[in-house]
Amino acid sequence: MMLSNVFFAAEPAQLFFGPIGLLSLVTWLPLVGGLIVLLFDKRRADLIKQFATVWMTVCFLVSLPLVVLWNYDVRGLQFMETADWIPAIGAKYQLGVDGLALTLVMLTTFLGPIVALCSWNYIEKRQKEYYALLLIMQSFMIGVFAAVDLFLFYVFFEVMLVPMYLLIGIWGGERRLYSAIKFFVYTLVGSLLMLVAVFKFYFTAAETVAKYPTEVKAAVEVIVGNNAPMRGLVLEGVELARRAGVAYAARAGGGSDDDAAPLGTFNIYALQAIGSARDAQGRALIPLSLQVWLFAGFALALAIKVPMVPFHTWLPDAHVEAPTAGSAILAGILLKIGTYGFVRFNFPMFPDASMHPTVASVMATLAIVGIVYGSMVALAQKDMKKTIAYSSVAHMGTTMLSLFAFNPNGINGAALQMLSHGVTSAALFILIGILYERRHTRLIADFGGVVNTMPAFSAMFMIATLASVGLPLLNGFVGEFIGLRGVFEANIVWAFWGTTGIILGAAYMLWLYERVFLGAVKNPKNADLPDLSAREWAYLTPLVAAMILFGVYPKPLVTFLNATTEVVVRQMRPNYFGSTTKAGEEQAAVSPATSDTAARD
Amino acid sequence: MLPLLVELPPLPTLRDTAFIMPEIILTLFAGAALVLDVALPRSKKHLTAYFSLIGLAFVAIALAQQVAMTASLLPISAFYGMLFIDGLSVVFRFVFIVAAAFSILYSIKYLEFEREQRGEYYALILFSTLGMMFVATSGDLIALFVSFELMSLSVYVLVGYFKRDKRSNEAAMKYFLTGIFSSALMLYGLSLVYGVTGHTNLGLISETIAGYVQGGTAESGDPRLLLMVALVLVAAGLLFKIAAVPFHMWAPDAYEGAPTTVTAFMSVGPKAGAYVLLARMLLFALAPMREMENLPGWAALLAVVAVLTMTVGNLAAVTQDNVKRLLAYSSIAHAGYILLGIVSGTDMGYQGVAFHIMTYTLMNTGVFAIIIALHRQGVIGENLNDLNGLFSRAPSAAVLMLIFILGLAGIPSTAGFVGKFFLFGSLIQSGKPWLTYIAIIAVLNAVVAFYYYARFARAMFLNAPSENIADASPLLLAPSVRITLTLSAIAVLFFGIYPQPLINVADIVAQSITTVYAQSSGIALR
Repeated sequence: MMLSNVFFAAEPAQLFFGPIGLLSLVTWLPLVGGLIVLLFDKRRADLIKQFATVWMTVCFLVSLPLVVLWNYDVRGLQFMETADWIPAIGAKYQLGVDGLALTLVMLTTFLGPIVALCSWNYIEKRQKEYYALLLIMQSFMIGVFAAVDLFLFYVFFEVMLVPMYLLIGIWGGERRLYSAIKFFVYTLVGSLLMLVAVFKFYFTAAETVAKYPTEVKAAVEVIVGNNAPMRGLVLEGVELARRAGVAYAARAGGGSDDDAAPLGTFNIYALQAIGSARDAQGRALIPLSLQVWLFAGFALALAIKVPMVPFHTWLPDAHVEAPTAGSAILAGILLKIGTYGFVRFNFPMFPDASMHPTVASVMATLAIVGIVYGSMVALAQKDMKKTIAYSSVAHMGTTMLSLFAFNPNGINGAALQMLSHGVTSAALFILIGILYERRHTRLIADFGGVVNTMPAFSAMFMIATLASVGLPLLNGFVGEFIGLRGVFEANIVWAFWGTTGIILGAAYMLWLYERVFLGAVKNPKNADLPDLSAREWAYLTPLVAAMILFGVYPKPLVTFLNATTEVVVRQMRPNYFGSTTKAGEEQAAVSPATSDTAARD
Repeated sequence: MLPLLVELPPLPTLRDTAFIMPEIILTLFAGAALVLDVALPRSKKHLTAYFSLIGLAFVAIALAQQVAMTASLLPISAFYGMLFIDGLSVVFRFVFIVAAAFSILYSIKYLEFEREQRGEYYALILFSTLGMMFVATSGDLIALFVSFELMSLSVYVLVGYFKRDKRSNEAAMKYFLTGIFSSALMLYGLSLVYGVTGHTNLGLISETIAGYVQGGTAESGDPRLLLMVALVLVAAGLLFKIAAVPFHMWAPDAYEGAPTTVTAFMSVGPKAGAYVLLARMLLFALAPMREMENLPGWAALLAVVAVLTMTVGNLAAVTQDNVKRLLAYSSIAHAGYILLGIVSGTDMGYQGVAFHIMTYTLMNTGVFAIIIALHRQGVIGENLNDLNGLFSRAPSAAVLMLIFILGLAGIPSTAGFVGKFFLFGSLIQSGKPWLTYIAIIAVLNAVVAFYYYARFARAMFLNAPSENIADASPLLLAPSVRITLTLSAIAVLFFGIYPQPLINVADIVAQSITTVYAQSSGIALR
């Protein structure tokens, strides 16, 4: 049954590919393409465009086996690869994807050829560097989702700022320099403070596992389930951390220490196990006060990435100034790293802090403020791109709100929203880019009646708009419905505000559509706009097809996400699936942290 | 007799001479370079540079013989404890050689251009390197001070090397006057150390002080107070040399005024020498004073200095438009980061110190090499605007510069990140809450640093070339320099992506620091 996963494996009975395998190929192939582009003669721009697009398409095709060979019977990571990297700190080159990461990797590879193709006319200067950076960026984004090692994740997470900075800074609009540096500094403040939290957790984890090895091993079982190779991978990480912890204790006691011991482990799942492990009384091994600080450190970096209000101010600038492809990548993939990080790090590693009533309500409030404020500001915008940018703030707010429902529906819904927003917002930015290429303006007031001159384009835009609004049978609906259902189960007040976001979303999107597309052509410049070209058809069709396909039949996505979601919920709320009665469910809805506090009070 | 050292023979023997073979070779070559300068005709003066490089290669070979000695981790003493060879001294002497070799290589064309090609320049670099190498091997206060002064005096002269250039003269004067003042302070501090402990041998000093700190002999009052005074004076002298706040004022002026090649050399070589001396004094001789009862130990003092240094350095760098001044402030900030590793007092911290100094040497000389290449008649290349559009004029130079700048900024996948990772991580590893706060200040500093390093990237890649006619001329990059720069850039990336080999080297330094300290305090406790 596991055989289906083995593609190039030396030992067929494993989910491992050894140090270099399919996932490495998927991750690094775009980078290789980027380096090849650098060797091209910069005057042959057409060749570079074609090469980059073909290469991106090849990268997408190479990533398809990940889905085809997926083993649905196994929980957790597949396509694992492991190799020693920096033994001194216990960092390893470890890749692997679970359901959530797989879908995000696929989203990234899917958008790759589209963003390359949509830039053909938009980018008029320095094409060679542009396509090289686009390809390099692609590698780093895939790497973020495929990394199983926190150090590796961090490297990808931060290094991708450099190509993004250059993409915005060179090919952006009027205020590109300001926007580029703002984006850079904002994200960096978060990620560097996260580094401090990473260190703290890294050392604490080692000390903790040295004290409670059995509890941690029990927590590992929750994560890995029936996935034997993953168990090996995670236990190896736990063992590294345990040895490190023992060495610290020996050193503190003045005894002889194990010089060969690393400083700890960066294996994300080993750290998850340590963070989510509980002792016999059901208390987390890492004290709540520390968990809250660690949560804050990670959450700040991720909230800036998401972005949550009040850390969102970089987003409108970056989105508006970035070239079309840059905006599409930002909205489609980069923002998802934030929410992905919450599911991957904050929830399983600091479960008590995440579920602490104060923390959860602060996060939910920020999410709600984001929804309402983002929607309101989107209503007021004169620039189409800004409207979509603020709509991202609102949509990501809904996603965060769904996450903080802490139940399978909420987290599943959030993950689905991430995917659908990835496709929809990228499509909207690309569509606006098409208009901009024709008219060199994005002001809503400059348009009107576009449907008369560009019917096919208007139809595409309509589908994307409706998908963004959350119309049933389009992809936006599924995630928002499931997610908000989860929120309803958790807290009805939050759900009320979350639903408000959908209503407001319909308002600004449809109003935008009305002003730009409907009515008579008022501006003579819009009278003879050419409709979609073959190239534009080529990259819009897959986007729209994806919206319809996953709107009508979201089951495959849900299947991928379910396994991850279930594990995360189990890690956070050990009793959630244990009780089947209705009363039991209500019992489980109260977090362990809450009940602890209640008991103490 | 110092028990931690290998038993001494009755007289200095051939064995002892073998230990200073690299230094002997260097002295010979430095002297010969001076003579060669007189012998060579004006048009052939640049041959001295190649002669010096060959000399450094011989020194490196001689030094390679000592590598095996570091395996035992126990220090070896020579000349009655006057010299002291351990992992730290071997590794850092390699760093000095690399710094000197790079500086010489990058100077050849520059001096040609400035019509200042004279052999004494190279001889001075070699003498300064000799001073640094003896700093790294000295196990005695007198030897330390003399070699430190040899290093410093050579650099004072080098700063004022352009004798027709007013800025160069001014910088040399400032640097010299403040420098000798700080040396005098340090010497006073060292004399107090001798007065209190009665020893000049670092090991014996450490042992004696450990006794005082434990409260051993206090019949004539608390000797720790006098030691505190000595500590502050010694630290002042050393912090001056690494340009730590509040002793940093000289650095921007000296960096700006000095010939750019000398600036490049100063920012890595003598600075690394000062770090070694700092490590020897604080982590060996004065190690027992790290934390004391009822008195602030040097760890707390140094932590304050480190925080001030990186904050002032980074904030001041943001407003600079002159590249050399900017890099001066950036090097002040880096001094702050490196001090953090010493403050943390963990293996990880010492590894970070060694790792960061090694990679900083590559990155900083690299940045300066590109700026040297941009140099035109002492004006162009010193302003950040002169880098505008460098990518379209000289793509390879711009990409190399970008790698070095990203390294200095500490972006992951460059070696600069690994160094900072170890330095910041060690603060948290120590487990002390106040060091965690310092780590937070440090990472916020790193953000500020990113901001001004990003200005380099912006100028080179984002801005259009400025309309200066001189800009159109090709860069002054000799093939040898180009190859060296490419290799350093590859090294910066390689050790960023796969740092383990360099971590192993850094670990030799860390182990030799902890071993020596553990031995000396262990003895004192008995």
